[in-house]
Amino acid sequence: MLSRTADHLYWLARYTERAENLARLLDVSYQMSLVPQSIAAQNENWRAILALNSLESAFAESYSGVNVDNVLRFMVADASNPSSIYSCLRAARENAHAVRGTLTAEMWESINATWIEVRQQTFEQILARGISEFFDWVKLRSAVTRGVTFGTMLKDDALHFIRLGGLLERGDNTARILDMQYHVLRQSDDEGASDFYRWGALLRSLSAFQVYRKVYRDAITPARVAELLILRMDLPRSLHACADGIVRMLQLIANDASAETQRQAGVLHARLHFARIDDVLAGGLHEYLTDFMDRIYELGDGINRDFLIAA
Amino acid sequence: MSTAFYNEMYDSDAGLRPHYRAFAEWLDAMPAERLERKRAEADTAFHRVGITFAVYGEEAGTERLIPFDIIPRIIPAAEWAQLEAGLRQRVQALNAFLHDIYHEQAILKAGCVPAEQVLNNAQFRREMIGVDVPSGIYAHIAGVDIVRAGAGESYVLEDNLRVPSGVSYMIEDRKMMMRLFPELFSRHMIAPVQHYPDLLLDNLRTVAPTGVANPTVVLLTPGAYNSAYFEHTFLAQQMGIELVEGRDLFVRDETVFMRTTQGPQRVDVIYRRLDDDFLDPLVFNKDSMLGVPGLLSAYRAGHVTLANAIGTGVADDKSVYPYVPDMIRFYLGEEPQLNNVPTWMLRKPEDLRYVLAHLPELVVKEVHGAGGYGMLVGPAASRSEIEAFRARIIAAPEKYIAQPTLALSNCPTFVDSGIAPRHLDLRPFVLSGKRGGGMVPGGLTRVALRAGSLVVNSSQGGGTKDTWVLEN
Repeated sequence: MLSRTADHLYWLARYTERAENLARLLDVSYQMSLVPQSIAAQNENWRAILALNSLESAFAESYSGVNVDNVLRFMVADASNPSSIYSCLRAARENAHAVRGTLTAEMWESINATWIEVRQQTFEQILARGISEFFDWVKLRSAVTRGVTFGTMLKDDALHFIRLGGLLERGDNTARILDMQYHVLRQSDDEGASDFYRWGALLRSLSAFQVYRKVYRDAITPARVAELLILRMDLPRSLHACADGIVRMLQLIANDASAETQRQAGVLHARLHFARIDDVLAGGLHEYLTDFMDRIYELGDGINRDFLIAA
Repeated sequence: MSTAFYNEMYDSDAGLRPHYRAFAEWLDAMPAERLERKRAEADTAFHRVGITFAVYGEEAGTERLIPFDIIPRIIPAAEWAQLEAGLRQRVQALNAFLHDIYHEQAILKAGCVPAEQVLNNAQFRREMIGVDVPSGIYAHIAGVDIVRAGAGESYVLEDNLRVPSGVSYMIEDRKMMMRLFPELFSRHMIAPVQHYPDLLLDNLRTVAPTGVANPTVVLLTPGAYNSAYFEHTFLAQQMGIELVEGRDLFVRDETVFMRTTQGPQRVDVIYRRLDDDFLDPLVFNKDSMLGVPGLLSAYRAGHVTLANAIGTGVADDKSVYPYVPDMIRFYLGEEPQLNNVPTWMLRKPEDLRYVLAHLPELVVKEVHGAGGYGMLVGPAASRSEIEAFRARIIAAPEKYIAQPTLALSNCPTFVDSGIAPRHLDLRPFVLSGKRGGGMVPGGLTRVALRAGSLVVNSSQGGGTKDTWVLEN
């Protein structure tokens, strides 16, 4: 396949996945902000979202203060913010458009329809209908696109690059969401009911609440939440599951230049496969997740070098 | 020439023409509201699939549909057979001409075509002199514009030998017609056209460089911002070949490669939809970001085939057009089967004198113009427009040719006020390759949707019709 085509497919998947996970992150933050707490603490959470995406200075250029309204507007609908949901959906559509001949008609129409719909709404209209409904819509559209992708695309390199992009982005995003929320949750000394709601919201945002109940059949504890989201191979959004998929996709698209990238992916996978949650937590969860995100970043670099800008 | 128009469907004396009889019966029986509903359905479908002009951006107006008319243009088999023979003859002579002027230049030495008209032509590419191309084919794909005038006789208006477009609309129009009115296809024996991409791919494979058994064919596009990008995507997908941009290709050791996820892959045939000027920044337009540095060196070495070849523009130039009948006689020893439109070349003083005295009746075109821009349609122009054009002609007469205003035939067309006659032309696509060439019956019928307009170009508000060649 043409390197440029692979590049567009890979980024189309990354942006689609990123939009979805951003909706998940903002949704959980919004849910948590409804739990009684001081305004200052609340705004601190919103500031953390900006920091997570290194967007503090870009935000400060257009907005006067960090609060729920401003951050949501900036992260949902601001076309000048390249990391907003709006911009991610636009980038996904642009990448799809550049290779629409490679996509099935259903896939193109799904991505195009998402974009047409999102650009027709103002932020005020989104608020009027309910922000959570919008987040649900983003997740649903992502699910539809994923569905037609798996349901209609030939299982060849085009699909493998789409999956690779999606898995890389998802691994990174799950780590980010967990890192941020874990940080916030660990800071609260309140061991009472509100904590339950916060852990619950985090799990729900990653579609893992029912899974947690099913797997542990027990009270929600931070260590188990971390174990579930990091180490459980059978949870589709866990770091382990993403690393596993990345290794398999790299095997399918391997070329003469990709041995080192495959090795790195193998190391990442092995570290997750053979890890124990006690060891992970003993070394510091934040440190662990940061290291994971760095490795994902390096993998992305390697994929870019080996496949996407090939000689 | 007569100003009465030839109507494709009705004969002014005898009424309905026989080949439209079955269609007319069907149309008469069709309730108006059902037709209207079908028309809306066609619009929606074209929009949804995105068969548009220059797709991009958020601004309205950048994505435009080419209007599709649901009343077909029907051509009887015998008439098509004549057209087809004439088209093949013409394209064969044009290919012979191109080979000749880049080699022996026999036709120039014989004084049959004035040498300066060819050698000083901006479209004559010196880089092509002495270059041998596979099977001596230069114009692998030709889109020849044909019109029918007052008495029903056909004329070739233009030979498009560079990067003719429109074939995707021919195929999509047929698909749409079959979807909207399947019953019409059981009432008529209509020659199929949807296999055009297969013929094209087959044709491109036959002209691969010598010794390449299983050639890799690609389609080179200027990119997503090009007005014909939909067609490029469409054809690449239909042929199952890669749609590449200049940056996807590179040249090493006079060989063209594409950058793939499995490393460099050799490319043997490039169906290029990019003008000569942009192909190779080392040789042609230095600022071209669309081309491939070194492409010409690989081409001259015979390691890659370009379709169409470089330098075909000199043969479809309006200043060379008047000599095509002579080319047919010179190379093939045959009389031309298709008419040329009589053409005055304004570089000739006597032609200039005549044309300046008759501007209100004539069509004047820029020699290098295309797409219906930069032309004067005398009968439709105002006095001041004519005078403005007269000044431009006098300033540089060699830039213009003039032709009689052809009374383009018309055909009933669905317009806002109901069904009314509108003028049309026909662009059949002629393929040439090692084993002769292929054609699908018919072509793209373009129709001027404005009442009285003779300009059918889509950039000037033209639409299209499905074109039926009836099989007997």
